[in-house]
Amino acid sequence: MRHLMSPLDFSVEELDKLLDLANDIEKNPDKYAHACAGKKLATCFYEPSTRTRLSFEAAMLNLGGSVLGFSEAGSSSAAKGESVSDTIRVISCYADICAIRHPKEGAALVASQKSLIPVINAGDGGHQHPTQTLTDLLTIRSLKGRLSDITIGLCGDLKFGRTVHSLINALIRYKNVHFVLISPEELRIPSYIRDDVLRANQVEFEEVERLEDAMTRLDVLYMTRVQRERFFNEEDYIRLKDYYILTKAKMELAKEDMLVLHPLPRVNEISVEVDSDPRAAYFKQAQYGVYVRMALILTLLGIQVD
Amino acid sequence: MLNISGISEGFVLDHIQAGMSLRIYHDLKLDKLDCAVAIIKNAKSNKMGKKDIIKVECPIEALDLDILGFIDHNITVNVIKGSVIVEKRALTLPKQVKNVIRCKNPRCITSVEQELDQIFLLTDEKKEVYRCKYCEEKYTNPNRRK
Repeated sequence: MRHLMSPLDFSVEELDKLLDLANDIEKNPDKYAHACAGKKLATCFYEPSTRTRLSFEAAMLNLGGSVLGFSEAGSSSAAKGESVSDTIRVISCYADICAIRHPKEGAALVASQKSLIPVINAGDGGHQHPTQTLTDLLTIRSLKGRLSDITIGLCGDLKFGRTVHSLINALIRYKNVHFVLISPEELRIPSYIRDDVLRANQVEFEEVERLEDAMTRLDVLYMTRVQRERFFNEEDYIRLKDYYILTKAKMELAKEDMLVLHPLPRVNEISVEVDSDPRAAYFKQAQYGVYVRMALILTLLGIQVD
Repeated sequence: MLNISGISEGFVLDHIQAGMSLRIYHDLKLDKLDCAVAIIKNAKSNKMGKKDIIKVECPIEALDLDILGFIDHNITVNVIKGSVIVEKRALTLPKQVKNVIRCKNPRCITSVEQELDQIFLLTDEKKEVYRCKYCEEKYTNPNRRK
Protein backbone atom coordinates (compact mmCIF):
# COMPACT_ATOMS: atom_id res chain seq x y z
CA MET A 1 0.00 0.00 0.00
CA ARG A 2 1.24 3.41 -0.93
CA HIS A 3 0.92 6.72 0.91
CA LEU A 4 1.91 10.25 -0.02
CA MET A 5 3.88 12.08 2.65
CA SER A 6 6.26 14.20 0.61
CA PRO A 7 6.44 15.16 -3.07
CA LEU A 8 9.67 13.16 -3.21
CA ASP A 9 7.80 9.93 -2.51
CA PHE A 10 7.31 9.73 -6.27
CA SER A 11 10.25 9.32 -8.64
CA VAL A 12 10.48 11.76 -11.55
CA GLU A 13 9.13 9.03 -13.85
CA GLU A 14 6.20 8.30 -11.52
CA LEU A 15 5.52 12.00 -11.26
CA ASP A 16 5.48 12.35 -15.05
CA LYS A 17 2.93 9.55 -15.22
CA LEU A 18 0.79 11.20 -12.55
CA LEU A 19 0.89 14.59 -14.31
CA ASP A 20 0.10 12.89 -17.65
CA LEU A 21 -2.92 11.30 -16.00
CA ALA A 22 -3.99 14.67 -14.60
CA ASN A 23 -3.76 16.21 -18.07
CA ASP A 24 -5.83 13.37 -19.51
CA ILE A 25 -8.45 13.95 -16.80
CA GLU A 26 -8.49 17.63 -17.76
CA LYS A 27 -9.13 16.77 -21.41
CA ASN A 28 -11.54 13.86 -20.87
CA PRO A 29 -13.39 14.38 -17.57
CA ASP A 30 -16.30 12.14 -18.61
CA LYS A 31 -14.01 9.15 -18.95
CA TYR A 32 -13.22 9.34 -15.23
CA ALA A 33 -16.65 10.36 -13.93
CA HIS A 34 -17.41 6.96 -12.37
CA ALA A 35 -13.89 5.65 -11.79
CA CYS A 36 -14.27 5.73 -7.98
CA ALA A 37 -17.92 4.69 -7.75
CA GLY A 38 -18.47 3.01 -4.38
CA LYS A 39 -15.22 4.36 -2.92
CA LYS A 40 -15.03 6.76 0.02
CA LEU A 41 -12.50 9.48 0.80
CA ALA A 42 -12.12 10.56 4.44
CA THR A 43 -10.94 14.14 4.89
CA CYS A 44 -9.49 14.42 8.41
CA PHE A 45 -8.74 18.09 8.91
CA TYR A 46 -7.45 18.95 12.39
CA GLU A 47 -7.00 22.57 11.38
CA PRO A 48 -9.20 24.65 9.10
CA SER A 49 -8.34 24.69 5.42
CA THR A 50 -11.45 25.08 3.37
CA ARG A 51 -9.59 25.26 0.10
CA THR A 52 -7.53 22.09 0.35
CA ARG A 53 -10.40 20.14 1.85
CA LEU A 54 -12.89 21.21 -0.80
CA SER A 55 -10.33 20.50 -3.51
CA PHE A 56 -9.95 16.93 -2.23
CA GLU A 57 -13.71 16.52 -1.90
CA ALA A 58 -14.33 17.94 -5.39
CA ALA A 59 -11.70 15.54 -6.76
CA MET A 60 -13.39 12.50 -5.21
CA LEU A 61 -16.88 13.64 -6.24
CA ASN A 62 -15.66 14.21 -9.81
CA LEU A 63 -14.50 10.59 -9.80
CA GLY A 64 -17.94 9.37 -8.75
CA GLY A 65 -16.87 8.55 -5.19
CA SER A 66 -18.17 9.92 -1.92
CA VAL A 67 -16.62 11.80 0.98
CA LEU A 68 -16.83 11.96 4.75
CA GLY A 69 -14.74 13.62 7.42
CA PHE A 70 -14.27 16.47 9.83
CA SER A 71 -12.96 19.96 9.27
CA GLU A 72 -11.52 20.99 12.63
CA ALA A 73 -10.04 19.23 15.62
CA GLY A 74 -12.84 20.48 17.87
CA SER A 75 -15.42 18.41 15.99
CA SER A 76 -13.35 15.22 16.07
CA SER A 77 -12.39 12.86 18.84
CA ALA A 78 -9.02 14.63 19.02
CA ALA A 79 -10.82 17.10 21.29
CA LYS A 80 -11.34 14.17 23.68
CA GLY A 81 -7.65 13.38 23.57
CA GLU A 82 -7.58 10.59 20.99
CA SER A 83 -4.21 10.07 19.31
CA VAL A 84 -3.72 10.36 15.56
CA SER A 85 -2.78 6.66 15.47
CA ASP A 86 -6.06 5.60 17.05
CA THR A 87 -8.13 7.93 14.88
CA ILE A 88 -6.65 6.58 11.65
CA ARG A 89 -7.21 2.97 12.74
CA VAL A 90 -10.88 3.78 13.15
CA ILE A 91 -11.10 5.80 9.91
CA SER A 92 -9.51 2.83 8.10
CA CYS A 93 -12.71 0.91 8.87
CA TYR A 94 -14.91 3.61 7.33
CA ALA A 95 -13.14 4.79 4.18
CA ASP A 96 -10.93 3.59 1.30
CA ILE A 97 -8.46 6.48 1.32
CA CYS A 98 -7.73 9.36 3.69
CA ALA A 99 -6.44 12.91 3.34
CA ILE A 100 -5.14 14.29 6.63
CA ARG A 101 -4.22 17.81 7.65
CA HIS A 102 -2.79 18.45 11.08
CA PRO A 103 -1.05 21.45 12.68
CA LYS A 104 1.78 19.29 14.03
CA GLU A 105 4.69 18.29 11.81
CA GLY A 106 4.94 14.59 11.12
CA ALA A 107 1.30 13.85 12.04
CA ALA A 108 0.53 12.37 8.62
CA LEU A 109 3.53 10.05 8.88
CA VAL A 110 2.28 8.85 12.26
CA ALA A 111 -1.11 8.18 10.66
CA SER A 112 0.41 6.28 7.72
CA GLN A 113 2.28 3.94 10.07
CA LYS A 114 -0.95 2.59 11.54
CA SER A 115 -3.30 3.01 8.62
CA LEU A 116 -4.90 0.19 6.66
CA ILE A 117 -5.79 2.57 3.80
CA PRO A 118 -3.65 4.97 1.71
CA VAL A 119 -2.95 8.23 3.56
CA ILE A 120 -2.36 11.52 1.79
CA ASN A 121 -0.58 14.25 3.70
CA ALA A 122 -2.76 17.31 3.12
CA GLY A 123 -0.38 19.51 5.13
CA ASP A 124 1.41 18.90 8.43
CA GLY A 125 2.17 22.22 10.10
CA GLY A 126 5.04 24.03 8.43
CA HIS A 127 6.54 20.78 7.20
CA GLN A 128 5.14 19.30 3.98
CA HIS A 129 2.18 19.93 1.72
CA PRO A 130 2.80 17.53 -1.17
CA THR A 131 -0.50 17.93 -3.03
CA GLN A 132 0.12 21.67 -3.27
CA THR A 133 3.48 20.84 -4.81
CA LEU A 134 1.89 18.41 -7.27
CA THR A 135 -0.56 21.19 -8.14
CA ASP A 136 2.29 23.65 -8.69
CA LEU A 137 4.22 21.20 -10.86
CA LEU A 138 1.16 20.41 -12.95
CA THR A 139 0.40 24.13 -13.40
CA ILE A 140 3.94 25.01 -14.47
CA ARG A 141 4.25 21.98 -16.76
CA SER A 142 0.85 22.56 -18.36
CA LEU A 143 1.25 26.31 -18.90
CA LYS A 144 5.00 26.47 -19.58
CA GLY A 145 5.32 23.11 -21.28
CA ARG A 146 8.31 22.09 -19.17
CA LEU A 147 9.69 21.79 -15.65
CA SER A 148 13.35 22.12 -16.62
CA ASP A 149 15.21 25.22 -17.86
CA ILE A 150 13.26 27.74 -15.80
CA THR A 151 14.10 30.63 -13.49
CA ILE A 152 11.61 30.67 -10.65
CA GLY A 153 11.24 33.43 -8.07
CA LEU A 154 9.87 32.40 -4.68
CA CYS A 155 8.63 35.44 -2.81
CA GLY A 156 7.38 36.15 0.70
CA ASP A 157 7.52 33.86 3.68
CA LEU A 158 10.27 31.42 2.77
CA LYS A 159 10.93 30.48 6.40
CA PHE A 160 7.60 28.99 7.42
CA GLY A 161 6.15 28.58 3.93
CA ARG A 162 5.98 24.83 3.52
CA THR A 163 4.70 25.08 -0.06
CA VAL A 164 7.96 26.77 -0.96
CA HIS A 165 10.11 24.13 0.76
CA SER A 166 8.25 21.30 -0.94
CA LEU A 167 8.40 23.01 -4.33
CA ILE A 168 12.17 23.52 -4.08
CA ASN A 169 12.66 19.87 -3.15
CA ALA A 170 10.60 18.79 -6.12
CA LEU A 171 12.10 21.16 -8.70
CA ILE A 172 15.76 20.42 -7.98
CA ARG A 173 15.22 17.07 -9.66
CA TYR A 174 14.80 18.82 -13.02
CA LYS A 175 17.63 20.19 -15.12
CA ASN A 176 18.72 23.79 -15.11
CA VAL A 177 16.24 25.23 -12.64
CA HIS A 178 17.47 28.51 -11.17
CA PHE A 179 15.95 29.80 -7.93
CA VAL A 180 15.63 33.42 -6.89
CA LEU A 181 14.66 33.53 -3.22
CA ILE A 182 12.95 36.82 -2.42
CA SER A 183 12.25 37.48 1.27
CA PRO A 184 12.91 39.84 4.15
CA GLU A 185 15.85 38.91 6.38
CA GLU A 186 13.56 37.44 9.07
CA LEU A 187 11.75 35.14 6.68
CA ARG A 188 14.70 33.75 4.71
CA ILE A 189 14.81 30.13 3.66
CA PRO A 190 15.83 27.79 6.54
CA SER A 191 19.41 26.56 6.55
CA TYR A 192 18.40 22.96 5.98
CA ILE A 193 16.97 23.91 2.59
CA ARG A 194 19.85 26.24 1.72
CA ASP A 195 22.63 23.85 2.73
CA ASP A 196 21.25 20.33 2.55
CA VAL A 197 19.02 20.77 -0.49
CA LEU A 198 20.29 23.60 -2.68
CA ARG A 199 24.02 23.67 -1.97
CA ALA A 200 24.28 19.89 -1.49
CA ASN A 201 22.83 19.36 -4.98
CA GLN A 202 24.82 22.20 -6.58
CA VAL A 203 21.63 24.01 -7.50
CA GLU A 204 21.99 27.63 -8.60
CA PHE A 205 20.18 30.08 -6.35
CA GLU A 206 20.36 33.66 -5.19
CA GLU A 207 18.76 35.47 -2.27
CA VAL A 208 17.41 39.01 -2.72
CA GLU A 209 15.26 41.33 -0.62
CA ARG A 210 13.58 43.44 -3.30
CA LEU A 211 11.05 41.90 -5.65
CA GLU A 212 11.85 44.53 -8.30
CA ASP A 213 15.46 43.32 -8.44
CA ALA A 214 14.42 39.87 -9.56
CA MET A 215 11.35 40.54 -11.68
CA THR A 216 12.91 40.90 -15.15
CA ARG A 217 14.64 37.50 -15.08
CA LEU A 218 11.77 35.30 -13.94
CA ASP A 219 9.85 32.69 -15.93
CA VAL A 220 7.66 31.93 -12.92
CA LEU A 221 6.92 34.09 -9.87
CA TYR A 222 5.58 32.13 -6.93
CA MET A 223 4.02 34.44 -4.35
CA THR A 224 3.22 33.33 -0.80
CA ARG A 225 1.22 34.73 2.08
CA VAL A 226 2.77 35.56 5.43
CA GLN A 227 0.73 33.27 7.66
CA ARG A 228 -0.46 34.52 11.02
CA GLU A 229 -0.74 31.00 12.44
CA ARG A 230 3.00 30.32 11.97
CA PHE A 231 4.02 33.15 14.30
CA PHE A 232 4.22 32.89 18.07
CA ASN A 233 4.45 36.67 18.25
CA GLU A 234 1.68 38.90 16.83
CA GLU A 235 4.00 41.92 16.52
CA ASP A 236 6.35 40.07 14.16
CA TYR A 237 3.40 39.04 12.00
CA ILE A 238 2.07 42.59 11.71
CA ARG A 239 5.52 43.96 10.84
CA LEU A 240 6.14 41.44 8.05
CA LYS A 241 2.74 40.84 6.49
CA ASP A 242 2.84 43.80 4.07
CA TYR A 243 6.47 43.42 3.02
CA TYR A 244 5.68 42.40 -0.57
CA ILE A 245 2.71 43.45 -2.64
CA LEU A 246 2.62 42.53 -6.33
CA THR A 247 1.10 45.39 -8.32
CA LYS A 248 0.41 46.18 -11.95
CA ALA A 249 3.43 48.49 -11.95
CA LYS A 250 5.73 45.67 -10.82
CA MET A 251 4.20 43.35 -13.41
CA GLU A 252 5.35 45.76 -16.11
CA LEU A 253 8.93 44.79 -15.29
CA ALA A 254 8.23 41.11 -15.93
CA LYS A 255 8.62 38.99 -19.05
CA GLU A 256 5.57 38.79 -21.31
CA ASP A 257 5.13 35.09 -20.64
CA MET A 258 5.99 35.01 -16.94
CA LEU A 259 3.51 33.06 -14.81
CA VAL A 260 2.30 34.32 -11.44
CA LEU A 261 1.40 31.49 -9.09
CA HIS A 262 0.08 31.60 -5.53
CA PRO A 263 -1.07 28.67 -3.39
CA LEU A 264 -4.02 30.84 -2.20
CA PRO A 265 -5.68 32.20 -0.18
CA ARG A 266 -4.10 35.57 -0.77
CA VAL A 267 -4.58 38.42 1.62
CA ASN A 268 -3.11 41.50 0.00
CA GLU A 269 0.22 40.30 -1.40
CA ILE A 270 -1.20 40.28 -4.93
CA SER A 271 -3.15 43.39 -5.75
CA VAL A 272 -6.58 42.64 -7.25
CA GLU A 273 -5.65 44.71 -10.32
CA VAL A 274 -3.20 41.95 -11.30
CA ASP A 275 -6.02 39.38 -11.63
CA SER A 276 -6.93 40.53 -15.14
CA ASP A 277 -3.33 40.18 -16.36
CA PRO A 278 -3.12 37.09 -18.60
CA ARG A 279 0.03 36.07 -16.72
CA ALA A 280 -1.90 35.68 -13.46
CA ALA A 281 -2.33 31.91 -13.23
CA TYR A 282 -3.35 31.41 -9.60
CA PHE A 283 -6.99 30.65 -10.24
CA LYS A 284 -6.09 28.20 -13.01
CA GLN A 285 -3.70 26.69 -10.48
CA ALA A 286 -6.64 25.97 -8.16
CA GLN A 287 -8.36 24.12 -11.01
CA TYR A 288 -5.20 22.10 -11.69
CA GLY A 289 -5.24 21.24 -7.99
CA VAL A 290 -8.44 19.29 -8.47
CA TYR A 291 -7.11 17.42 -11.53
CA VAL A 292 -3.90 16.42 -9.79
CA ARG A 293 -5.77 15.23 -6.69
CA MET A 294 -8.04 13.16 -8.92
CA ALA A 295 -4.95 11.60 -10.53
CA LEU A 296 -3.46 10.99 -7.09
CA ILE A 297 -6.56 9.30 -5.69
CA LEU A 298 -6.71 7.00 -8.72
CA THR A 299 -3.00 6.20 -8.46
CA LEU A 300 -3.02 5.43 -4.73
CA LEU A 301 -6.18 3.33 -5.04
CA GLY A 302 -4.59 1.49 -7.98
CA ILE A 303 -7.55 2.23 -10.25
CA GLN A 304 -6.84 2.26 -13.98
CA VAL A 305 -9.26 3.74 -16.48
CA ASP A 306 -8.93 2.56 -20.08
CA MET B 1 47.13 4.72 39.47
CA LEU B 2 43.80 3.30 40.54
CA ASN B 3 43.52 -0.46 40.16
CA ILE B 4 40.34 -2.22 39.20
CA SER B 5 40.42 -5.96 38.79
CA GLY B 6 40.00 -7.50 35.34
CA ILE B 7 36.78 -9.00 34.07
CA SER B 8 36.21 -12.47 32.70
CA GLU B 9 33.39 -11.68 30.25
CA GLY B 10 32.05 -8.34 29.14
CA PHE B 11 33.28 -5.04 27.74
CA VAL B 12 35.88 -2.42 28.37
CA LEU B 13 34.85 0.86 26.81
CA ASP B 14 37.99 2.92 26.47
CA HIS B 15 38.82 6.41 25.20
CA ILE B 16 35.52 7.89 26.35
CA GLN B 17 35.66 11.66 26.38
CA ALA B 18 36.26 12.78 29.97
CA GLY B 19 32.93 13.52 31.62
CA MET B 20 30.80 11.42 29.26
CA SER B 21 30.83 8.13 31.17
CA LEU B 22 27.71 8.75 33.24
CA ARG B 23 25.66 9.63 30.18
CA ILE B 24 26.84 6.43 28.52
CA TYR B 25 26.02 4.50 31.69
CA HIS B 26 22.43 5.69 31.39
CA ASP B 27 22.10 5.45 27.60
CA LEU B 28 23.38 1.85 27.61
CA LYS B 29 20.84 1.22 30.39
CA LEU B 30 23.57 -0.22 32.62
CA ASP B 31 21.54 0.87 35.64
CA LYS B 32 19.00 -1.79 34.69
CA LEU B 33 21.55 -4.61 34.38
CA ASP B 34 22.34 -6.74 37.39
CA CYS B 35 26.08 -6.84 36.83
CA ALA B 36 29.34 -5.35 37.99
CA VAL B 37 30.14 -2.00 36.42
CA ALA B 38 33.23 0.11 37.03
CA ILE B 39 33.29 3.72 35.94
CA ILE B 40 36.67 5.36 35.85
CA LYS B 41 36.61 9.12 35.41
CA ASN B 42 39.42 11.40 34.35
CA ALA B 43 42.01 8.67 33.86
CA LYS B 44 45.32 9.81 32.36
CA SER B 45 45.58 9.33 28.61
CA ASN B 46 48.51 9.98 26.29
CA LYS B 47 46.17 10.46 23.37
CA MET B 48 43.43 12.51 25.03
CA GLY B 49 44.97 14.02 28.17
CA LYS B 50 42.02 12.82 30.25
CA LYS B 51 39.54 10.09 29.47
CA ASP B 52 36.80 8.01 31.03
CA ILE B 53 36.65 4.20 30.97
CA ILE B 54 33.72 1.89 31.67
CA LYS B 55 34.16 -1.79 32.48
CA VAL B 56 31.10 -4.01 32.39
CA GLU B 57 31.04 -7.63 33.56
CA CYS B 58 28.18 -9.19 31.60
CA PRO B 59 27.36 -11.74 28.88
CA ILE B 60 28.47 -10.10 25.63
CA GLU B 61 25.04 -10.37 24.05
CA ALA B 62 23.49 -8.42 26.93
CA LEU B 63 24.47 -4.99 25.60
CA ASP B 64 23.33 -3.16 22.50
CA LEU B 65 26.27 -0.98 21.62
CA ASP B 66 24.73 0.76 18.59
CA ILE B 67 24.00 3.79 20.64
CA LEU B 68 27.71 4.25 21.42
CA GLY B 69 28.37 5.00 17.77
CA PHE B 70 25.81 7.79 17.99
CA ILE B 71 27.24 9.26 21.19
CA ASP B 72 30.86 9.07 20.05
CA HIS B 73 32.16 6.61 17.52
CA ASN B 74 35.77 7.20 18.61
CA ILE B 75 35.21 5.12 21.73
CA THR B 76 37.23 1.90 21.72
CA VAL B 77 35.15 -1.17 22.48
CA ASN B 78 37.14 -4.13 23.79
CA VAL B 79 35.19 -7.37 23.98
CA ILE B 80 36.42 -9.64 26.77
CA LYS B 81 35.93 -13.38 26.95
CA GLY B 82 37.89 -15.75 29.15
CA SER B 83 39.60 -12.70 30.67
CA VAL B 84 41.27 -11.74 27.39
CA ILE B 85 40.41 -9.24 24.68
CA VAL B 86 38.89 -11.29 21.87
CA GLU B 87 37.73 -8.40 19.70
CA LYS B 88 38.17 -4.67 19.25
CA ARG B 89 34.86 -3.63 17.84
CA ALA B 90 34.70 -0.67 15.45
CA LEU B 91 31.81 1.69 16.04
CA THR B 92 29.77 3.12 13.23
CA LEU B 93 27.02 5.69 13.23
CA PRO B 94 23.72 3.88 13.67
CA LYS B 95 21.19 4.46 10.90
CA GLN B 96 18.52 5.12 13.51
CA VAL B 97 18.44 6.05 17.19
CA LYS B 98 15.33 5.36 19.17
CA ASN B 99 14.33 7.01 22.43
CA VAL B 100 17.76 8.41 23.23
CA ILE B 101 17.32 12.05 22.29
CA ARG B 102 14.13 14.07 22.10
CA CYS B 103 12.92 16.30 19.30
CA LYS B 104 13.04 19.92 20.42
CA ASN B 105 10.75 21.26 17.72
CA PRO B 106 7.61 22.55 19.51
CA ARG B 107 5.66 22.03 16.27
CA CYS B 108 6.57 18.31 16.04
CA ILE B 109 3.81 15.73 16.57
CA THR B 110 6.02 14.08 19.23
CA SER B 111 5.62 17.20 21.37
CA VAL B 112 1.92 16.45 21.86
CA GLU B 113 1.67 12.67 21.45
CA GLN B 114 3.96 11.53 24.21
CA GLU B 115 3.58 7.81 23.57
CA LEU B 116 5.32 8.05 20.19
CA ASP B 117 8.86 6.71 19.98
CA GLN B 118 11.46 9.44 19.54
CA ILE B 119 13.17 8.28 16.37
CA PHE B 120 16.05 10.05 14.64
CA LEU B 121 17.44 8.95 11.29
CA LEU B 122 20.98 9.41 9.98
CA THR B 123 20.51 11.67 6.94
CA ASP B 124 24.11 12.72 6.26
CA GLU B 125 26.80 10.29 7.34
CA LYS B 126 29.67 12.60 6.43
CA LYS B 127 28.40 15.50 8.51
CA GLU B 128 26.91 13.16 11.14
CA VAL B 129 23.48 14.73 10.79
CA TYR B 130 20.46 13.13 12.40
CA ARG B 131 16.93 14.32 11.75
CA CYS B 132 13.67 13.63 13.53
CA LYS B 133 11.80 10.97 11.58
CA TYR B 134 8.56 12.93 11.86
CA CYS B 135 9.35 16.63 11.40
CA GLU B 136 12.94 16.39 10.04
CA GLU B 137 14.26 18.77 12.69
CA LYS B 138 18.04 18.54 12.74
CA TYR B 139 19.83 17.21 15.80
CA THR B 140 23.37 18.39 16.28
CA ASN B 141 25.41 16.15 18.49
CA PRO B 142 26.99 18.43 21.11
CA ASN B 143 29.65 15.81 21.84
CA ARG B 144 30.84 15.43 18.29
CA ARG B 145 34.65 15.48 18.17
CA LYS B 146 36.24 17.74 15.61
